Amino acid sequence: MNAPTSAKSLAMPAETKSAETKPAEAKPRQEAGYNYAYLDEQTKRSIRRALLKAVAIPGYQVPFGSREMPMPYGWGTGGVQVTASVLGPDDTLKVIDQGADDTTNAVSIRRFFAKTAGVKTTTRTEEASVIQTRHRIPETPLKAGQIVVFQVPIPEPLRWLEASEAETRKMHALEEYGVMHVKLYEDVARFGRISVAYDYPVKVDGRYIMRPSPIPKFDNPKLDRSPALMLFGAGREQRIYAVPPYTEVRSLDFEDHPFEVESWPRCCALCGAKDSFLDEIIVDDQGGRQFVCSDTDYCEARRAAGHRGPA
Amino acid sequence: MTETPLLQATALTRMYGKRVGCRDVSFDLWPGEVLGVVGESGSGKTTLLNCLSAQLEPSGGEILYTRRDGRQVDIFALSEGERRLLLRTEWGLVRQNPRDGLRMAVSAGANVGERLMAVGARHYGDIRGQARHWLTELEIDAERIDDLPRNFSGGMQQRLQIARNLVTSPRLVFMDEPTGGLDVSVQARLLDLIRRLTRDLGLACIIVTHDLGVVRMLSHRLLVMRGGEVVEAGLTDQVLDDPQHPYSQMLVSSILPV
Repeated sequence: MNAPTSAKSLAMPAETKSAETKPAEAKPRQEAGYNYAYLDEQTKRSIRRALLKAVAIPGYQVPFGSREMPMPYGWGTGGVQVTASVLGPDDTLKVIDQGADDTTNAVSIRRFFAKTAGVKTTTRTEEASVIQTRHRIPETPLKAGQIVVFQVPIPEPLRWLEASEAETRKMHALEEYGVMHVKLYEDVARFGRISVAYDYPVKVDGRYIMRPSPIPKFDNPKLDRSPALMLFGAGREQRIYAVPPYTEVRSLDFEDHPFEVESWPRCCALCGAKDSFLDEIIVDDQGGRQFVCSDTDYCEARRAAGHRGPA
Repeated sequence: MTETPLLQATALTRMYGKRVGCRDVSFDLWPGEVLGVVGESGSGKTTLLNCLSAQLEPSGGEILYTRRDGRQVDIFALSEGERRLLLRTEWGLVRQNPRDGLRMAVSAGANVGERLMAVGARHYGDIRGQARHWLTELEIDAERIDDLPRNFSGGMQQRLQIARNLVTSPRLVFMDEPTGGLDVSVQARLLDLIRRLTRDLGLACIIVTHDLGVVRMLSHRLLVMRGGEVVEAGLTDQVLDDPQHPYSQMLVSSILPV
């Protein structure tokens, strides 16, 4: 696709590196020798077809021909393939892992697309047009036109109760979802409340039960009628599903034990936010600990705006 | 009482390739009636039960069922969704081995509540109340509502399985050797219980067993099967006290005198 390979372009030019640390300025150059965004065009087309079907039937798991990616299963092979298929040259990519932009997984996937697609990357939620995520939805409200790509380990919400794929497909087709509540019943009977903390099952558009990938249930309300397009990719299980913009997403619950998100008795130690998902981290050898925002971009933006926490 | 039979089987046949599972079985079952099916191992009892309870598609014949709304339907002409709904709401299926009929990994309460949740119950307190009611009804201590079925005795597991089926007030219950594998005193209590429940709830029941004691105690009418065919049918007392077919005579005379 690009100019012929030269030794210079193979040896990782400096601008790629700077693009990664400095948000969204110079556009990095695409590495020669790879097709645009790593995957071949036919594969991307087939994934886009699966995506169209997924968007047309919200919450329905569409099988797709998942490819081997240059990363292990469980690191986001599904998400990476979806991102590769939707990423255009003018897009700006943000990648987060557990809310953070600077963890290994996030850094390597961001660098991967900077190299193979030459797209701009950023850590700022509002600047990104495509956000690939593992385990979180950014705290900053999403806008129309943004695409969130989720990495999904196990797409089938009924797997816990039914081991057979043929049977779970039949259950989805016939809308036989009573068993989902058996799991919730069991939780209430045992712990007095629904104890599912992440990957909390939801019903999409009043029809399909869906696993929202292992995001904390704190993020479930952000799925409901979100202006952004949500795409889910499971590489090992070879499934793609989607929640189109402004689609109703309801978390399952009982009338007398309604769905609730977690809350914390304190605010973020760094930026003082009371409305974000907090991680508890150990800060020294004496067992000292702090609660800080799991969304690093949100926390940094707040501190830049002059907010300060107790620490 | 209604004019049409609850279940009407006509020339029901199931072949396994060239081998006969059951052949040309016809009978009517009326509401509140308990029908026993007896015969030796391999005589086609379970095949017949599986066909009747829509687990197995017959090779020929038809099964008509009169629904709660009074409409008579051909079981195998229904869509799969309707058939499965029928199985969850108007029918019950008690398997020989409670492990096949129960979810062993979830508590007794969840096992009883599952059918309610499957038909749309979403109030935890109500589901639990119902579960407690049916456990008590089946003589299981309501205190054990949160225990796992694997910690129950065999007899209790079997009663739990029945409770799980009765919670949506079915009109027809299929039982496959409900007392198999239980010791004699537990069997006797379970039989008493089933007899009381079928009488009190007006349940129609099809019981498959090889134990003539069970059918003498529970069933009104009897089908004797051999080699996949019904060799004798009639009132239970009549068949057991005055068997006509040589095979029935042999079966009756082979009961060990106590």
